[in-house]
Amino acid sequence: MQLSREDLKRAYERMFTIRAFEERVDKEFALGNIPGFAHVYLGQEAAGVGVCFDLTDDDYIGSTHRGHGHCIAKGCDVKGMMLEIMGKAGGLCGGKGGSMHIADMTKGMLGANAIVGGSPPIAVGAALTQKLKKTGRVAVAFSGDGASNQGTTFEALNMAVVLGAPAIFAFENNGYGEHTAASYAVGAPSIAERARSFGMPAEVVDGSDFFAVREAMGRALERGRAGEGPYALEIVCSRFLGHFVGDPQAYRLPEELAQARANDPLPRFRKGVTETGLLEDADLDAIEAQVLALIEEAVAAGLAAPQPALSTLEQDVYVRY
Amino acid sequence: MPRKSYRQAINEALRQEMRRDPNVIILGEDVAGGQGASGEAGGVGGVFGVTGGLYKEFGPERVLDTPISESAIIGAASGAAVTGMRPVAEIMFVDFVGVCFDQIYNQAAKFRYMFGGKAKTPMVIRTMIGAGFRAGAQHSQTLHPLFTMVPGLKVVMPSNAYDAKGLMIQAIRDDDPVVFMESKVLYDTEGEVPDEAYRIPFGEARVAREGRDLTFVAFGPMVPRALAVAEALAKDGVSVEVIDPRTTSPLDEDAILESVEKTGRLVVIDESPPRCSMASDIAGLVSDKGFKFLKAPIKAVTCPHTPVPFAPNLEDEFLPNPRRIEAAARAVLAS
Repeated sequence: MQLSREDLKRAYERMFTIRAFEERVDKEFALGNIPGFAHVYLGQEAAGVGVCFDLTDDDYIGSTHRGHGHCIAKGCDVKGMMLEIMGKAGGLCGGKGGSMHIADMTKGMLGANAIVGGSPPIAVGAALTQKLKKTGRVAVAFSGDGASNQGTTFEALNMAVVLGAPAIFAFENNGYGEHTAASYAVGAPSIAERARSFGMPAEVVDGSDFFAVREAMGRALERGRAGEGPYALEIVCSRFLGHFVGDPQAYRLPEELAQARANDPLPRFRKGVTETGLLEDADLDAIEAQVLALIEEAVAAGLAAPQPALSTLEQDVYVRY
Repeated sequence: MPRKSYRQAINEALRQEMRRDPNVIILGEDVAGGQGASGEAGGVGGVFGVTGGLYKEFGPERVLDTPISESAIIGAASGAAVTGMRPVAEIMFVDFVGVCFDQIYNQAAKFRYMFGGKAKTPMVIRTMIGAGFRAGAQHSQTLHPLFTMVPGLKVVMPSNAYDAKGLMIQAIRDDDPVVFMESKVLYDTEGEVPDEAYRIPFGEARVAREGRDLTFVAFGPMVPRALAVAEALAKDGVSVEVIDPRTTSPLDEDAILESVEKTGRLVVIDESPPRCSMASDIAGLVSDKGFKFLKAPIKAVTCPHTPVPFAPNLEDEFLPNPRRIEAAARAVLAS
C-alpha cells in the first residue's frame, strides 16, 4: 500500500519523536530529574511505529517495561508522558504509574508493563472484547525476546488460537533479555517458529525497516480485522543502549554496538524517502526541529510541574470501596 | 420463599445477570465442558455444576471454555474487563492461583491506581475454597488472606445461599475486581432465596445470631460451625453473638467493634493458618480500636501452621472443629 507524503511525514515524526524523547530521557535521568528506573527504546523506533501506524484509537496495545516508544507510536501525549516519567502532577497517570506503567485508555494504550510476559494475556482479553462485540478492531501485545520465554506468553498464544481472538503478538527481538542474549535464552530456532507452532501465522521482519514492519503488520491486521484470529511478528531490531539507563553494557563488544548503530532505522528511512524523491531532506529537517521544540517544552513543563498532591496517595485504588 | 441450595443461588445470580447485561461473560476450565468431545458440549457446567445450563442458554460466545491456562484466563478476563466487558472468570480451586497470581495482584488489581484512576476493571474471579473433601494439600486451601492484603481487590466469602446470590449479583455489577470465594462444603446447603435479583452491598456484616456474653467472628464455611457451637452454648445459658463479615475486603470494622463493645469478649474462627490471617487482622483491629471494651484476651481458632493433610482424621483435626471452638469460648468466658 502506497503511503502519501503526509503519511511518510507522520511516520518520520513519530519515529523521530521517540528518538528525541528517549535521548532526552537518558539525559534527564543522568541529571537526576527522573526517579526510579528507565528503559529506553532507542534503535527500535521503526518497530513500534511500523506496528502502530495503521491502528486507530479503538485498537489496543499492551506494552512492556520498554514502553515509551509504544506510547508515542500509539499517539500518547508527549508532555503527559514526560510529566509521568518525572513523577509529576498532570502526568498521564497522575504520577502514580511512572515509566514502566504509562497508560492511556483514550488512545487504546493498555499500559507499559513491568512484568515480563505481563501483557500478552491481557491483550488476548482486549482482543476477545473486539471479537465478542464484533468491532473489527484488534489488540496488539508487544513483547520482547525475553517475554517470548515466559509461560504466560505461551498460554496467551494458545488461548488466542483457541478463542479465535484478533490478537497480534509483536515480538521485538532486540537480541537481549536484560543482559542475556536471545541467542542463549531462546531455545527455539526463532520466535516466529515458536509462535507458528501454536497454530497461527508468523513471520520474521527486519525491525529497522519501517516499511517492512508496516507491511507485515498489514497482513496481521487484515487477518485480525476479518475475524480470522491471531498473528505473530518477530521484529528483529537493535537496542542501542543497555537494558536500563546507565547499564554500561560491558557484555557487548564495541563492534556489535557499532553494527547496531549502522542499522539505525531513522537514517535508513531518510535515505529511502529522499532517494526516491518522496520527501526532501528539508521536510525531514523541519519535522526534527518541530519535534525537538516539543520535547524541550515537555521537559520544561515536567521540571516546572508540582509533585502530585499527597491527598492523591489513597485515591483510585478502587472505583468505590 | 423458595428454598435453594448455595450452588443454585450462585447459578441463578449468574443466569439473571447474563440475561440483564450482554457484557457479562463466563470463562474458565469446563465451565461448559465437553468442547471438542464426541458428545454434546455444555453438559458439565463446572466441576461442581455451578455453571450448569448456562452454556445451553447463552451459547459458546458467552460461556467460554478455556484451555487449562490460569494466567491466560485471568489475563483474558482483565483485558476484556478494561475494554468494556464484565467477565466472570473461574479459577477452579483457589489452590491454582499460584500459577496466575501475577495476573491478579500485579495486573488486574493495580490497573486503576497505576493508570491514575483512568481504568475500570469490572471482573469477578470465582474460585472454590476449603478443606473437608479429603482432596489433599493442593485442592483444599482457603486463601482469602492472600487476596485480602492486596489493595485493589475486593474479597467475598458467602456463608449461605441467600448471601451467595446477593453477593454474586453485587460482584458482577461492581466496577472493581472481585474475588468470590465459594465454599465447597456449602454447595449443597439450602436456604430461602428469593427468585428475583437482589444485591447485598460489600462491607456490610450480617449479625447471624444476636448475643450478649461473647462475640464470634467467623468467615464463609466457619459461620455454620460457629452458629452450631453458639447453639450448644446457649443450652448452658451462654449468649453468643455471631458476626459474619461476608466480605473480608472491604471489612465491616464497625459491626465487629459494636459487637465487642456489647459483649467484651471475642473469638475469631477462621479456616486458614494462624499467621497473617483474618484472625490476627481482627485481633489487631480490636486491640487498636476496641481495647477498652475487652474483658478478656482475644482468642483465635484457626488451622495449624501446616499444609492441609490428606488422612481423614488429620484433616478433621486440622479444621477449626466444634470442640476447639467451644474450648476457646469457655477459656475466654472464664478469664
